Amino acid sequence: MECLIEVTDHGLYCAAGDFYIDPWRPVPRAIITHAHADHACRGCGRYLTTSDGLHVLRTRLGEAAVIDTLDYGRSIDVSGVRISLHPAGHLLGSAQIRLERQGRVEVVSGDYKTESDPTCQPFEPIRCHTFLTESTFGLPIYRWRPWSQEIEAINGWWQRNADEGFASVIFAYALGKAQRVLSGLNPAIGPIVTHGAVEALVRAYRATGVSLPPTRLASSWSRGDPALRRAIVLAPPSAQGSPWLNRFGAARTAFASGWMRIRGARRRRAVDRGFVVSDHADWPGLIGAIRATSAELILVTHGYAATLARWLNDQGQDARPLQTRYVGERPDDEVDEPEATLDDPPERDGP
Amino acid sequence: MKQFTALYVALNETNKTTVKVEALARYFAAASDEDAAWALYFLTGRRLRLAVPTKRLRGWAIEQAGLSEWLFGECYDAVGDLSETIALVLPPPERKQDRSLAAWVERIQELQVAESARQRQIVTEAWLSLDETDRFVWNKLLLGGFRVGVSQQLVLRGLAQAYRVEASQLAERLMGQWQPSAEAFRALVSPDPSDTRPHLRPYPFCLAHPLEGDAASLGQLDHWMAEWKWDGIRAQLVRRDRRMALWSRGEENLTERFPELDPLIARIPDGTVLDGELLPWLDDAPLPFTSLQTRINRKALTRSILRRVPVVFLAYDLIESGGIDVRDRPFRWRRDELERLILSCAVPVLRISPRVTAASWQDLASLRRSSRARGAEGLVLKHADSVYAAGRVRGVWWKWKVEPWTVDAVLTAAQRGSGRRASLYTDYTFSVWDNGQLVPLAKAYSGLSDDEIRQVDAWIRRHMREKFGPVRTVDPELVFELAFEGIQRSTRHKSGLAVRFPRILRWRRDKTADQADSLDAVRAMLSAQTHSDPSSTTGSTIREGRLFER
Ligand SMILES: [Zn+2]
Ligand SMILES: [Zn+2]
Repeated sequence: MECLIEVTDHGLYCAAGDFYIDPWRPVPRAIITHAHADHACRGCGRYLTTSDGLHVLRTRLGEAAVIDTLDYGRSIDVSGVRISLHPAGHLLGSAQIRLERQGRVEVVSGDYKTESDPTCQPFEPIRCHTFLTESTFGLPIYRWRPWSQEIEAINGWWQRNADEGFASVIFAYALGKAQRVLSGLNPAIGPIVTHGAVEALVRAYRATGVSLPPTRLASSWSRGDPALRRAIVLAPPSAQGSPWLNRFGAARTAFASGWMRIRGARRRRAVDRGFVVSDHADWPGLIGAIRATSAELILVTHGYAATLARWLNDQGQDARPLQTRYVGERPDDEVDEPEATLDDPPERDGP
Repeated sequence: MKQFTALYVALNETNKTTVKVEALARYFAAASDEDAAWALYFLTGRRLRLAVPTKRLRGWAIEQAGLSEWLFGECYDAVGDLSETIALVLPPPERKQDRSLAAWVERIQELQVAESARQRQIVTEAWLSLDETDRFVWNKLLLGGFRVGVSQQLVLRGLAQAYRVEASQLAERLMGQWQPSAEAFRALVSPDPSDTRPHLRPYPFCLAHPLEGDAASLGQLDHWMAEWKWDGIRAQLVRRDRRMALWSRGEENLTERFPELDPLIARIPDGTVLDGELLPWLDDAPLPFTSLQTRINRKALTRSILRRVPVVFLAYDLIESGGIDVRDRPFRWRRDELERLILSCAVPVLRISPRVTAASWQDLASLRRSSRARGAEGLVLKHADSVYAAGRVRGVWWKWKVEPWTVDAVLTAAQRGSGRRASLYTDYTFSVWDNGQLVPLAKAYSGLSDDEIRQVDAWIRRHMREKFGPVRTVDPELVFELAFEGIQRSTRHKSGLAVRFPRILRWRRDKTADQADSLDAVRAMLSAQTHSDPSSTTGSTIREGRLFER
């Protein structure tokens, strides 16, 4: 049985169609699952992404990049390989890539989550022969509570800080997580202030038609404005500990990440609060998504690959870990985070 | 339980002392007497006897969660804490029940006498009725690992604020075998005006400043008095009203931990407070601090540990004499009085910290270099006219420590940390060269900034080689400068050497692995240490107090 996809030193490659999916080096033709830095490499000849993902990817790659788009569910034929893109629920425009050739169907999940998220299309399970899944949070300790509860906790924290005269700074990845948190904030509590790296992508979301509460760029405030004491600030993790934060005066800080589920990770972050906000599936989400594909072969990458593959084997499922270079959301080390690739240095306000 | 868990979360969420005290005060003011008693019990580091072996708990958790043994192990590796791992892998509670803290403690006490089948029932019922955070806290109480990073002093400040009783009075009432109950708690916090006995409260400690730069710049040597800087536990011995108490700098009451000092109560006159150091001391010489640590970490003081690590009180200062606070008198006066007192007590567990005399600053500096051989960390210089000030007052007392030994070593293996660093590789093994091979010399955990820890962690993940249990060997590339306080021969270590207090001084990004030090260089340090060591004579010289006549 011949697989449509193989791993080469440039990335996931489909020889039949001569294109790559999320390559980690520049290649002539790349299908992009989503715009995070570890999936959207610069310098490729042509890109294919979803129509929803165009603005976001453009913000990341710049004006010069040649980007083709395809609506979710529509398909194109490339040298006998039928390609279609399906919602992955990870962030705006994120896609699973479905490939079909001579009756054989393979799906590359990219990053995905199965939870609800008002800023993007929900994850869509696809039946296939081979499913290439991520496993960022592939351990049973990772289980998210309903989003409504988490966002309520965030608003509650913001409200309390505002009442006590503290600004609330919440560190979240500039692409995806920041917009998801933003979508649930209650603007009645106070002003919502954005870091330049976050704002650039908020604009890309709005341009795509996602409605988000009003935001105001941090650099447009005058220092010491009393309104800032009721504000919530959305900033990328790289802003933590930087002088950029001084403008908000007395502030309480929080970090939004799936890793915040572990006490050790929360404490290591040295923030006042940790909110468990993930754009990846939790353990039940991964298991559910994998089962829904009815795939014969599961290739696991991106995180706890060996663990999840072994667990699937225990359940009698053919599953193998696959070595790739996706790093995704990591408990520490901001170096690989998407905002680091923005043209604007994180300590300055962007456009 | 909810209130107590909320307190636990609040204490963990902040580093600010005032906020912690506020949270404690709020809890104590709101809790029932019975709950408050138990909260105080756990917050001050007391613990219940382990009712169920951890292995059994682990097994029940694995079954309840429907996991296999290895997967639970992976989870534990990622979390680094058994109580937390169990709390996280179990399914959400089926029927939430909120009982009081005291009621949940009762369940644990019931466990202690129950049979295995009943134990299992109690534990799983608890797990299925508590939500994640409550479950975690309950597990901690059950496993005896409840720690919140607040000192007893801080807890008592919170309690004092809630009940308007002095914290030191609370500390005194808490002494001994305090049994948590509603009655005991009421008695503890009652204002009780009839209690007029003098308190056994210590004075604020006077602390020395680190001396950087030239000692000679302090002026004339005869204005200064020097002593060794001992490496033990700084303490005040308070003897008043026919009672005696021993206090650490954290105002922890240590009296019961050092029963060998009990005879002092009959020797020291009433109305006396001594400042000094608790030192492990055997055959007229101090033992390494690590042995004291071992003793302190023991739950029970067995006869054997008391015999192997006996402790003495080495007096530095006299701060209350005949019931009078003499902190304002000049140090030379206090020192004279102290010498007289120690002599008249004539009991081996009470010694005086000997004076170190020299003809010049230069001579003193060369004496200081022999500190290690004497089991000291350096010298303390006190101005002869200095008062016993509260806290760290600049310019009167100086600590003049010896520099640590340093070595450049290669990072060869790493392991995930525990507690707050469980997700990172923070426990490192360092090696030095020996005949073209790297042999492990030391393990070190501390010394890097959080940023560097993250960078090293990221590097380690990209350069792993082999897996030995939790340990990963890594490509031998990174070089770090390590500091340590001493070297000993050791048959348990592959290098044949054991270093004491190893810590990372800095990351030598400028060096490559081949430029790291060799085992021979470290051995040379050992022989240098041995040479400067007058061995057994050290102890007796110090004891007689006639020091280093030149
Ligand atoms: Zn992603
Ligand atoms: Zn990713």
